[in-house]
This record gives sequence, C-alpha cells and structure tokens, in this order.
Amino acid sequence: MPTNNMTRLDPNSQAASRGLSDLSIRNLFIIPTIAFLIIFNIFPLLYSLGYSFTDFRASTNAPAKFVGLQNYRDLLNDPFIWKNFSITAKYVLISVTGQVVVGFGLAMLLNRAIPAKGLITTLLLLPMMLSMAVVGLFWKLLYDPNFGIINYFLGLGKFEWLADPDMALWAIAIVDIWMWSPFVMLLSLAGLSAVPKHLYEAAEIDRAGNIYTFFRITLPLVAPILMIAIIFRTMEAFKTFDLAYVLSSQPTTELIAIRLYKMAFQEWQTGMSSAFAYIVLIMVVAITNIYVKYLNKVKAR
Amino acid sequence: MAGVQTSAEKWTNRTAIAAVFVALIIMLTPIYWIAATAFKPRNLATTIPPTVVYEPTVAPFVKLFTKRSQLREQPTQEEYDNAPWWEQMVFDGGEKVVRNRKSGEVRSSGYGDRFKNSLIVSVISTILAVGMGTLTAYGFSRFKVAGEDDWLFFILSTRMLPPVVVAIPMFLMYRVVGLNDTHMGLIILYTAFNLSFAVWIMKGFIDEIPREYEEAALVDGYTRIQAFFKVVLPEALTGMAATAVFCFITAWNEYAFALIMTNRNAQTAPPYIPSQVGSGLPDWTVIAAGTFLFLIPVAIFTFLLRNHLLRGMSFGAIRK
Repeated sequence: MPTNNMTRLDPNSQAASRGLSDLSIRNLFIIPTIAFLIIFNIFPLLYSLGYSFTDFRASTNAPAKFVGLQNYRDLLNDPFIWKNFSITAKYVLISVTGQVVVGFGLAMLLNRAIPAKGLITTLLLLPMMLSMAVVGLFWKLLYDPNFGIINYFLGLGKFEWLADPDMALWAIAIVDIWMWSPFVMLLSLAGLSAVPKHLYEAAEIDRAGNIYTFFRITLPLVAPILMIAIIFRTMEAFKTFDLAYVLSSQPTTELIAIRLYKMAFQEWQTGMSSAFAYIVLIMVVAITNIYVKYLNKVKAR
Repeated sequence: MAGVQTSAEKWTNRTAIAAVFVALIIMLTPIYWIAATAFKPRNLATTIPPTVVYEPTVAPFVKLFTKRSQLREQPTQEEYDNAPWWEQMVFDGGEKVVRNRKSGEVRSSGYGDRFKNSLIVSVISTILAVGMGTLTAYGFSRFKVAGEDDWLFFILSTRMLPPVVVAIPMFLMYRVVGLNDTHMGLIILYTAFNLSFAVWIMKGFIDEIPREYEEAALVDGYTRIQAFFKVVLPEALTGMAATAVFCFITAWNEYAFALIMTNRNAQTAPPYIPSQVGSGLPDWTVIAAGTFLFLIPVAIFTFLLRNHLLRGMSFGAIRK
C-alpha cells in the first residue's frame, strides 16, 4: 500500500473517483465527534480554569474579581481538604481491596465445570449494572439498626452502620464491594480462561503444589487483566459521589467529590470550587494515563 | 487427564460449587429484598424478624403514582365503598388520595413524570451517541488519521472526567443559554459521556469486519458511502445493539449530572427516588416499588447483553 494513500483499503479500488472523496468521508465521520467533545468537555473546562483564578460566586451578581493563585494556595493549605483526601484514600483502599479479594475469589471458584454456569455468572454480574444512587439508597433499609436484615442475619443486634462516624465509611465501601466485585470477577474470569491448560498439566506432572501453581502460573498470567480491573476501579472509587451522597451525610464520609459538590452547589464558592476541580482533574488524568497504557498493553497481546 | 478425578479433587469441586451458591444468594439478597418490599403492606416492611412470607399487594405501586395526604378522620363507610379498589388501598394505609379541587381528578406524584424524563433523555442520548460513535469508529478503523492514538486517548479521557468537575462549568454555561433543567441539557451531557465509550467499543467491532467485504463492494461499483451503509453497517448491527444497551444503561443510571442540572421539569428518576426518603420514617414500600420499576429495564438488558458484558466493561480491550 503506497504511503501517501490515506485509506487502509485496497488502493486499486479507485473509490475516490466516485462520490465523496475518502478525505471528506473521513472528516465527515470524525470531526463532528471531536468537535462535540471539545465543545462540551474541553471548552467548559477552559471556562472554569478562568474562574479558578477568581473569587466568583454563582449565587450573587457580584462580578468576579481576579485573585491569581489565591484559591489554589488556600486549598492546598486547608487541613480540611487534606482530611477529604485521606478519607478518599482510605475509601479507595478498602473498597478496591475488597473488590479484588471477593471478585478474584469468585472467579477462582467459578473457573471449573459448574451446572448452569452461564446463568450463575450473569446473575452474579447483575449488581454492577444497577444504579448506584437508587440501589445504594435501598441499603439504608438493609443497614437500619432496628429492622435492617443485615443486623438480623448477622446477629448484630442494634449495631449502627451508618450513624456511627467510624463505621459509615466501611458501610459505604461494603455496598461498593457488593456492586463492583462482579466487575473484577468478570475480568478475572477472562484472564483465568486464557491460561493455557498445558501449563497446569506440566505443573501436575512435576508434582507442584496448589499454592505453588497459583503463585507461579495462575497469578502471573492473570495479573495484566487484573491490573486493568484494579486501575479502573481505583479511578472510579476515587470519583465516588452517588453512593456516599445518598447513604451518609457524616463528615467522616465526606469524599473529595462530595466536598467538591458542596463547595460548588451548596456554598456556591464557584471560583474556589473550580480551582479544586482542577486539582482533582489533574489527579484523574494521571490515573487515566496509566489505565490507557495498560489497556493498550493488554490489547497488544 | 480429563475425567480422572481423585476423591480429593471431587471434594474441592463440591465445596467450590457450594461456595458459589452461597455467594450467589448473598449477592442477590439485596435485589430480592427490593422486589419483596415493593409488594409488601407498609406495616410488614419494617419488622423484626423480617417478614418473608406475606400476601403480596400492589398498594406500594398505587401509592408510588399518586399524591397522598394523611387521613385526618376515617372515611365514611359509603365513601369507602364507593372508592375504586386502588383508592381503598390508600385508605387502608391511613392516607387518602389528593384530588384536584375543581375537576376531582386524582393528582399524580412526580414519579411517572420522572420515569418518562429518564426514558426520553436515555433513549435520545443513546441514539445520538451510537450514531455518531459508529461513524467515528469507522473513520478511525478504515482511514489513516494523523496522531490516531492521541485522538483516541483524548476521546477516552473525556469519559474519565469526574461528573462534578464537568458539572461546575456546564452549570454556569447552561445558565447563560437556558439549558438548565431541560431535557436537551441532559441529553447533551449524556451524549458526550457515552460518545467516547461508543467510539472505543464500536472501533473494536468494526475492526473485526473484514475489509475485503467493502473492497468487493467498491469493485462492484458502490461508492464508499454506499459500501458503508450497505455492507459495513449490517455487519456492525450486533455491535451497535450491544453498544446501545450499554449507553442506555449508563444514561438511565446516571445521578450526579441529573442532581445538579435538573430540579423539576427534566428531573430523572435517580435523583428523584432518594429525595423521597427525606427525614422521619420513610415509606420503604413506596421507595422499593419505585426502585423495582426502575431496575426492571436494566435487569432485562443485562440478560440480553450477557455475552457482551466483558467487552463493554473493558472498553473493547478484552474480547474473549
């Protein structure tokens, strides 16, 4: 294929001589999407970048005053913001670890001949398809200290899940683990089914133990896909808003996204929240970068 | 090797299968409890021990769709007998249906409208995202684009932005152009959100369609556009359907944008349902009924999608 030809199809087909040229088709197909995303995602972000250097409040008519880097300085020196970051870090750690343990565990259990395996797998995947806000809300009833079924079945008496400041974050993470372990399970299953059978057979001939086989064959081969699941879930857990917002209003569960929401839409500190959004944005883009790099790596295999 | 199992292996297998069933029960209990609570009389929704066996009632659904107020005094026997069955259910719960003072028409709660809004916004944004996404995916799949990987990364990265981060400037811009609390406003946001996903996943599907099909069509005298519509699109249809279902579910479930950008006219079900809990003792049967109806489309779609879940969830990276 000559390098100056822009299509990947057979150049001898001479399609370019009929109808629209390849160049115009390509542009017609691609440019609207790029333009749409720039107008509705990138342009707004540039718009708020401007506001992040002002003391603008969307609730008043007062004109925005330029304050330079003051917002950023205030935010980075605010101990409460760091508290939000550490709550978020704790939440990400608990919930992603839980999802990996439960999800990978389920995948290991399912990775064998099981009656009605397809149906069981689909049923197990159901929680992750549901709305976090709507279904998460219902967990309020399940967690209720007086008549929740969780306390009843676990025999915990009147245990406070959401009203206890120390427990609330765990309670939210448990719902997240319930919803998203299936995701880790799904990806792990794909990884496990791709491990060549002959490796296990060879290990058996060598009389390798189960633990040895797991750590030397299973885990290394599943690791790349598991890594995708971990990075993706880390990113999502970092952004968590819905679940924590509907379940708890405790200061101990104030994740970054919730702090940001309150700052922007309850306290109406528009300029300050724009700056805060930028700090969060930079962190998310960094994780996304790692994620995409991994996606491409797995794709290449 | 297959078929030859030691008794120890057999026991491992049996234990594993038992564990899977236990896990399945635990995972599905919350969903079951939503469905069960949606058909309970109010006084059985919050009992200890939990009520498992009961006579199902549709009272929660009647209450879900009507506007009600507390009964100040019991209705007269005549009033009660003349009321339709569903209104009697509301009486039985110690409430009465609110009627329009002039016309006597039953006033509806907000749920029906919110459900309709959810449908409008999800369906239209899905059509737009899949339509544009398919064209763009074809463009990236079949033509050379300078900096292709960078463009694709850019497209994906827009999806990863936290909703609240995007919502701050969008809220301000919508306020200027009057798109706050409109269907159009939400449709644009959801289209942008799903578009990136649609491009990525459709590119995978279109990459799999052999180029020879189009080449043959071109040799037969089709233009490139004709070849796209008559050869590529029919082949891509399954992929488009799967992508559409994913986009629909994402838009259907979305909460943060809807919470921030809408309040009355265009509000969808996800922000509405939690707003009904409020303070005091909520009627969990009504919330369960609203949740139950809201979950049905997603549950059905999950089954239809079951063979594409892996691909969709990994943005097309893992195909099986």
